[in-house]
Amino acid sequence: MTDIFELLKGKPGDSDYENKEVIVQGITGSYGSLHAGKMLEYGTNITAGVTPGKGGQTWNESVPIYNTMKEAVDATDAKISIIFVPAKFFLAAAKDALNAGIKLLVAIPEHVPIRDTMETLALAKEKGAVVIGPNTPGIMIPELIKIGIMPPMPFKAGKIAVLSKSGTLLYEISDALTNSGFGQSITIGIGGDPVNGTRLIDAFEMIKDIPDLEGLVVVGEIGGDSEEILAQRIIDSGFNKPTVAYIAGRAAPKEKRMGHAGAIVMGTYGSAESKVSMFNKANIPVAKRPAEVPVLLAGKMEKSD
Amino acid sequence: MQLLEFQAKELFREYGINLLDSMSSTNIEEGRKHAKQLGYPFVIKIQVPVGGRGKAGGIQKCQNDDEFELKYPQVMDLTIKGEKARAILLEKMADIKKELYLSIFLNRSKRCYTIIASAEGGVEIESVKNQIIKEVGLGDVSEDLAKEVAKEMGLEGVTAEQFVDTLKKLSKLTIEKEAELVEINPLAIMQDDTIMALDGKFVTDDNSNFRHPELEKYQEKTAIEEQAEKSGFSLVELDGDIAVVGNGAGLVMSTLDMLSDNGGKPACFLDVGGGATTESVYEALTLISKLDRVKGILVNLYGGIVKTTVVAEAFLKAYEDNLIDLPVFARLKGTESEKAKEMLQGSRTNLFDSVEEAINAAVMGVKK
Repeated sequence: MTDIFELLKGKPGDSDYENKEVIVQGITGSYGSLHAGKMLEYGTNITAGVTPGKGGQTWNESVPIYNTMKEAVDATDAKISIIFVPAKFFLAAAKDALNAGIKLLVAIPEHVPIRDTMETLALAKEKGAVVIGPNTPGIMIPELIKIGIMPPMPFKAGKIAVLSKSGTLLYEISDALTNSGFGQSITIGIGGDPVNGTRLIDAFEMIKDIPDLEGLVVVGEIGGDSEEILAQRIIDSGFNKPTVAYIAGRAAPKEKRMGHAGAIVMGTYGSAESKVSMFNKANIPVAKRPAEVPVLLAGKMEKSD
Repeated sequence: MQLLEFQAKELFREYGINLLDSMSSTNIEEGRKHAKQLGYPFVIKIQVPVGGRGKAGGIQKCQNDDEFELKYPQVMDLTIKGEKARAILLEKMADIKKELYLSIFLNRSKRCYTIIASAEGGVEIESVKNQIIKEVGLGDVSEDLAKEVAKEMGLEGVTAEQFVDTLKKLSKLTIEKEAELVEINPLAIMQDDTIMALDGKFVTDDNSNFRHPELEKYQEKTAIEEQAEKSGFSLVELDGDIAVVGNGAGLVMSTLDMLSDNGGKPACFLDVGGGATTESVYEALTLISKLDRVKGILVNLYGGIVKTTVVAEAFLKAYEDNLIDLPVFARLKGTESEKAKEMLQGSRTNLFDSVEEAINAAVMGVKK
């Protein structure tokens, strides 16, 4: 299993410990440029950008731009990249990154064709790389590194892991957690697409052995069966840290796509009822409202004390 | 999007999958011509993008002119799961020996195409027994695998041969058109042991539309949905009276859930996207102003990178332009929300600190 913390932080003693280099693909676009700036402000060590045709220029008067990922990776020691290109150019950008040796690829674009995601994931598997997304807000260790588009305010360093399919619900629920004194050790955006580079179950494997982890919050939504599979894994693995879930989309009509490409109930497949009942089976309470998440988490913690 | 049966069958025909003769029409005059061309008996089938047509009376046998004149308008007037008839398909009656099930879908958790087949089809997938499930990677279904499936289903002779052929064609179609799901249910064994696709379901991956201009003609959108798409919004029309607007699909779904829990009825799901701007929120309000059934607007915005003041500006502009004369119940949280609240003081917007309060007020508000 990939050690996500080693990718994001490195090991104590490394020259780049807690200062990992990150490349931004699509850094000259308005969206890429905006968020490259916000990530820099947060303390993320962006050392290169890639925009084909703009190699040789610099972004923000400080970050060198390259034409290809190969050049950018050769010029830096980066193993992490974040992609901001339009969906139709995503596959080319992702292949460029993976072939250049990137080990953690954060895929921000929404509307990537599923086939392109699957091709990306097949290549990532071959290369031993982790893909977060597509259609994800990104991944962060609060107060240390942010590789994504999340606003900084909701997050605070702490000991709760938050895994979320939705971006704004991740912010909303982390905000509620922070206000109740629950900081986050890591937050991982799974993404709202039908096929995710890092599924809930993969993200769970990444965080379950964090030594000082005090709890887990899972923010799911209708569509697919990744919440059910996660609940089963939690049962099978004997994971015993306080865990709370939230599922969005209980009131959504069937067979309608609710904003996210993946948020659709087909028959009973993907329904909120199915997810809630599996979480209940795993003895994981499911909050009715985002604001209820920290309340339920506190309740679970009291019981486990 | 989900294609209608006759559209799916157009694609089946293009790929050489066996079909009965059929013709689609949108009015009875056209239908009468088709009836003459096809000849009785045939089946009248409503064309709606949802399942469960048979149970709802949307599929009727028709033996003669009298029955046609009676049943065509009846079927045309049906509403099934909220969906009105888009067209009527007349299809020759089949002499069936047995009904099979066959589909290829994009398996989200396994990240590959997957075949589901069964020798006991003709019912909804949830009730299909003895399902044979095969993962097939990202490529075409091979001859060997198709034969294996046919064998496991207990098919023999010409039936097995035709099944193998159908499965391979279906796989080619699925991959070339980048479908999320292609289903033939029932796939019938006829009295002469040949195989025919009696129904067709086809769900596309809309994100790949840019590579499939040939599927564009099947796109069906209301004027409002089209406008929403142009603005980069996700809009789902619902039948209640409170419009629900927010940023981010998860947050809007969550708001919809809480509204429903509190007895409110959502009129729409409108996600303006993670990056809302003054223009986009103004555009969203413009769309809502065109939905007649709306009696109130519930807004739930979490301003992250987006400043809530930008949203407040859109509201003020909408009031100034007399775009909205409905009550607005809003919860704005995040960046610059205090300033946004100040800006909206004394306007038509009722501001609340929590979404729960905004929802309660909206539910009470539209009852008045």
